Amino acid sequence: MAIAMPAIMKTTAARLSALFLILFALCAGVLVFYMSSLSVRMLTTQTQETIAEEIQVLGRAYVRGGLPLLVRFVETRSRQPGANLYLIADPNGRILSGNVESLEPGVLENEGWTQRPFAYRRYGEIDGVRAVPREEGLDEAAGSTRDLHQAVALVLRLPNQMILLVGRDLGEPEQLRVIVRRALTVAFGMMGVGALLIWFFVGRSALKRIDSVSEASRRIMGGDLSGRLPVTGSGDEFDRLSENLNVMLARIARLNDGLKQVSDNIAHDLKTPLTRLRNRAEAALGGSKDGKAYRDALEATIAESDQLIRTFNAILMISRLEAGYSAEQTGPVDLTAIVADVVELYEPAAEEMGVALRAQTGGPAIVGANRELIGQALSNIVDNAIKYSAGASDAPSVVVSLKRDGQGFVLGVSDNGPGIPLEDRDRATERFVRLEQSRSQPGSGLGLSLAKAVMAFHGGSLDLADANPGLSVEMKFPGEGL
Amino acid sequence: MKILVIEDDREAADYLKKALAEAGHNAHVAGDGDMGFELATDGDYDVLVVDRMLPKRDGLSVIAGLRAKDITTPVLILSALGEVDDRVTGLRAGGDDYLTKPYAFTELLARVEVLKRRSGSADVETVYRAGDLELDRLSHTVKRAGREILLQPREFRLLEYLMRHAGQVVTRTMLLENVWDYHFDPQTNVIDVHVSRLRSKIEKGFDAPVLHTIRGAGYMLKAG
Repeated sequence: MAIAMPAIMKTTAARLSALFLILFALCAGVLVFYMSSLSVRMLTTQTQETIAEEIQVLGRAYVRGGLPLLVRFVETRSRQPGANLYLIADPNGRILSGNVESLEPGVLENEGWTQRPFAYRRYGEIDGVRAVPREEGLDEAAGSTRDLHQAVALVLRLPNQMILLVGRDLGEPEQLRVIVRRALTVAFGMMGVGALLIWFFVGRSALKRIDSVSEASRRIMGGDLSGRLPVTGSGDEFDRLSENLNVMLARIARLNDGLKQVSDNIAHDLKTPLTRLRNRAEAALGGSKDGKAYRDALEATIAESDQLIRTFNAILMISRLEAGYSAEQTGPVDLTAIVADVVELYEPAAEEMGVALRAQTGGPAIVGANRELIGQALSNIVDNAIKYSAGASDAPSVVVSLKRDGQGFVLGVSDNGPGIPLEDRDRATERFVRLEQSRSQPGSGLGLSLAKAVMAFHGGSLDLADANPGLSVEMKFPGEGL
Repeated sequence: MKILVIEDDREAADYLKKALAEAGHNAHVAGDGDMGFELATDGDYDVLVVDRMLPKRDGLSVIAGLRAKDITTPVLILSALGEVDDRVTGLRAGGDDYLTKPYAFTELLARVEVLKRRSGSADVETVYRAGDLELDRLSHTVKRAGREILLQPREFRLLEYLMRHAGQVVTRTMLLENVWDYHFDPQTNVIDVHVSRLRSKIEKGFDAPVLHTIRGAGYMLKAG
């Protein structure tokens, strides 16, 4: 826009207030104009009716008692408080009787309603309300409108050419106009105050809060992800907006933390094997120069990098699952079939290690899940269980059981190995945590955390419990929402 | 075998070309999607190795374009995207197999060689033979030198897969994928134990070994 707006009009509050002011003023103006014109019309009609009635009465008096009775009637009426205007004049317009002392010339010349209000002067203001002190030389002062009143009247020529005038002072409609003017003034004044109030409230409270929200978001954009938008607790739109934005911020912060943790872990846990890899290559170069040594070193290097890739893939997968975003689709899968698959897959390996691996399942257990992910998670857990129970007791055994639990299912893997002490159980599912007694076992330390991430992705949970003796890992599938 | 590698990473492509040549294959390299599509359309290749992310035209679109032109050359998709669904979209686009980067060359080689064979007639044969070993896919029986060998269902499927690709290297991941239908990396030696069980059943009491372990790669079923 090319039109430069005053700085103050750049705030929404000022613009809103101005808009409201204009709208209200228009409404009030139209309303007052309509009301006043209606009132004036009503009053005029009323006046005319009264005058017509009077004329009729006087006319009848004239018919009954001629001019003397008419004069008497007029005299009597003239003296009443708040009387109408009465005037009897001779055919030349000379005033003979009534309460009008003088009036605008020419009023009496035309019979019927006066075309427009005319000025007049009354004899001794008897109604008290509009008492005007009489002064000398009023005739001369006729030009000054100070003592003149405006009136409308009906002029009637009597059969004897005398003129009868009955009129009414226009004081009332004029008074009305004054009232209207005052009403308008008050209305506009109030609207002005209202506009200021709107400005104050919209500007001060509502828009101030938007300002505070953008202030807070600037802080957060500045890198302070722990910052939150102010919530007043009133539960209004602004609070709801702030609350939603806060939830969003919390999620972003969580993702950010996750990312940071992953990069920390990657840095920490990939550096060790990478260093090992490098040392091995270096040692091979510096060592004996025979082909077999080279070959062995290279093979070890490849094995090491394979393990690295495996670890890396697991980290990526966990992060994706934990971020809650994964392209993996879920569909109905039978947990019983997955248990059968995994147990069948691991059974020969378990047997070779002297571990009895058994499945305890019932009929089909259908849940909404991703078969690959559940299969992998269960494999990790069974793999761990076999490793840790092997050689730990006289008759090492691992039992994979599937039980219905309310609406959902619990897929448990329990071994009779050494188990995990209570205080270490929470840590056991953290990334890269390899508890003290497991350091001797091969593995990336990601198996359980991957299983945990898989369960969280499916809206379930992974719990560690005591199997007395041994460890029991429970994958809990909720019945609904899968 | 004539192989086209469509891969934009020069170094990776050159390495593949060289390694495939060492394995006895004739490999050509295309550096972008358009060039790859052209070569694949004109050339008479046995297998295509297609990277998923390519300049000019992405890998999946190249494959879909080829399939639309009724070019049925087997395709191995290479991708850095390794999630199950990425695999599904890749195979749906017309790919025949999917390998996630980084990969071991032995894995790639085994899969490429198996793909070539897949376009052959093994699928319609009802009886697989390797020396004196015989597997009947209809009656689900296995005989060696005329003597019947009893196998568990999974062992039967394992042997069936090995015999279908007799003379070729199959890796542990290929076995897990094709026999168990899971695509994750078997952490421990679970597959090896299954194979050695099967081996003891088909070799015990017979003269010659048929199921060989290929060091650093996998297994191969081969008679004689």
